[in-house]
Amino acid sequence: MGRFVVRRVVGMVVVMFAVSVLTFLIFNVIPNGDPADRMAGKNSTPVQIAAIEKEWGFNEPLYSQYATTMEKVFSGDLVSYANQTNVIEEIKRGLPRTFSLAIGAALLWFAMGTALGLYTAIRAGRFSDTLVTVLALAGVSMPVFWLGALASYYLGFKLGLFPNGGYAEVGEAGLWEWVKHMILPWCVLATLFIGVYSRVLRSNVLDTINDDYVRTARAKGLSERRVMIHHVLRNSLIPIVTLWGLDFGMVLGGGAILTETVFDLQGVGQYFAESVGQLDVPPVLAVTLFGAFFIVLLNTLVDIVYAALDPRIRLS
Amino acid sequence: MSIADSSVQPDLSPVLSAGGQAADASAPGLSPWELAVRRLKRNKAALIFGALFFVLVALALAAPLWAQVADTTPARNHLSDTIVVDGKPEQVVTFDGVPISPTWGKKFFLGADSNGRDVAVRLLYGARNSLFIGITAALITTFIAVALGMLAGYFRGWTDAFISRGLDIAWAFPPTLLGVALGVSFALGGLKVGPLEISGDSLWIPTLIIGAIGVVYLARPIRGQVLSLREKEFVEAARAQGASPLRIMFGELLPNVASTILVFFPLLVANAILTEAALSFLGAGVQPPAPSWGTMLSDGVVLLSTAPHLTIVPGLMLVLTVLSLNVFGDGVRDALDPRAKVRLERP
Repeated sequence: MGRFVVRRVVGMVVVMFAVSVLTFLIFNVIPNGDPADRMAGKNSTPVQIAAIEKEWGFNEPLYSQYATTMEKVFSGDLVSYANQTNVIEEIKRGLPRTFSLAIGAALLWFAMGTALGLYTAIRAGRFSDTLVTVLALAGVSMPVFWLGALASYYLGFKLGLFPNGGYAEVGEAGLWEWVKHMILPWCVLATLFIGVYSRVLRSNVLDTINDDYVRTARAKGLSERRVMIHHVLRNSLIPIVTLWGLDFGMVLGGGAILTETVFDLQGVGQYFAESVGQLDVPPVLAVTLFGAFFIVLLNTLVDIVYAALDPRIRLS
Repeated sequence: MSIADSSVQPDLSPVLSAGGQAADASAPGLSPWELAVRRLKRNKAALIFGALFFVLVALALAAPLWAQVADTTPARNHLSDTIVVDGKPEQVVTFDGVPISPTWGKKFFLGADSNGRDVAVRLLYGARNSLFIGITAALITTFIAVALGMLAGYFRGWTDAFISRGLDIAWAFPPTLLGVALGVSFALGGLKVGPLEISGDSLWIPTLIIGAIGVVYLARPIRGQVLSLREKEFVEAARAQGASPLRIMFGELLPNVASTILVFFPLLVANAILTEAALSFLGAGVQPPAPSWGTMLSDGVVLLSTAPHLTIVPGLMLVLTVLSLNVFGDGVRDALDPRAKVRLERP
């Protein structure tokens, strides 16, 4: 087990390195204009551009530019090309916002997905199964920014039930304000996932419900409720937990760009969306690495947990 | 994914053996495919939504007809025009910039947008673009993913190591962030690869990006399936007869992964349409003035308070299309894979 963990962690570091090199290359090779050109402004002389190139090291070979950039990422000195703010500080500012969104939404979609999946599996084949399935899939079929904009305008602005976007710090505005600001984003983001989770859980439950050990449990005279929760659900949840780990990693790393943008949460994802519009390479690079880190981390954690549960996986 | 705040699915190395013969033992003499069709026919919800999708495609194809009825084009603006509604003259766009709401008549059936363009006509032409991107991107994803999955699964060894490590790295990229970043850069600079040159406002840029993002989610399951298929007796028999690797891949393996591809395809199209909308909303997808559901939505959302029809109309159209694909795809999966070994994925 120890060797397995070490191997996975080494693999994680290698993948992160590859991601950083690739991201750096993508944004330096793509024909998106010279950063020095853009920083100097419209009416700049070649001398000014050359000075900026020298100051920022744009005329150095790519590999040394990569090395300096990565050094700045780790020392926290990375600075934006567009407005000279510290990128790492900006990410730190967005962190609690993105985490608030991700954690709340992930818990919500896990709970709702499990509940609906179990319900549809028990009612499989009946009208209520079809109805709930279509509704759950409708949630999966909506563009998140569309649902978010409608919810924010009609429930927030028109009816005044919720604040119209924005984020409230727990420390400044209190716990209740924070929750009030987060309810709509949580629900909207969770809506996207509930359908997928309930469908996967439904088929897992239907898969195990006829297994021998379930029949044994019933034959022992256990209540149907106990059989469903302790025998069927417990086994059916394993693939769901894997799935949840990966989705959670993506949302933690700023993957919920659209939800953050439409509710103006000013999280890491929104920071990315704003930077990419200005082709501001340092924040784009840093947030991509940030996102990749959480994806790889959760992937690795899921693998390790899996290996701990099932020794056969360690060998492959 | 979805791109767009979407769900990733783990590789559970799903294995689908030609449509799950074990089930429906009550119907002897039917091939797995016939059994699947029989199961799909029993699923009324899937059939209704499948039919709905074809109606929507037909509407998109009929876009020029409606443009003739409405006597306009998707790009022409009627900012200073006045039309007669219920016997009263009304401005298409008022002096305050508020566009007309749906008239339910020939002209401006679904209202106008802030540039005085006919929303119904743009919606239908936008449907063409959104569906083109959705279907083409899904085809690109399928083509690359099947090629990679087959090569890795069949040859194993170095080929597999190379492709699988590549997929691991691609898997680590946050799909939304990557899509948006590539979309914005290519939209500004265009795309030049050798002799191939694509201008920044071409539909091919979002199509290629969305197609590429999806690859990793399909290539892994295909590879897993090929890995186990290649050990089966019929592949061994073909090899013993001296069949070339190419022939084994196309003649023996491809028909056996076909059901997996069929299960994934509607879901890939659905996802690609959603991704187009997400990218366009962030300015990284279809570039104006070309209509697509995504660009119409991103124009509409900012005018939600004055002209809600600009948000609601294209949104409903998009949700209906994607929902019909999802429900139909769900039914196809139930039919081909009653034991649910293949998991749907949302890139």
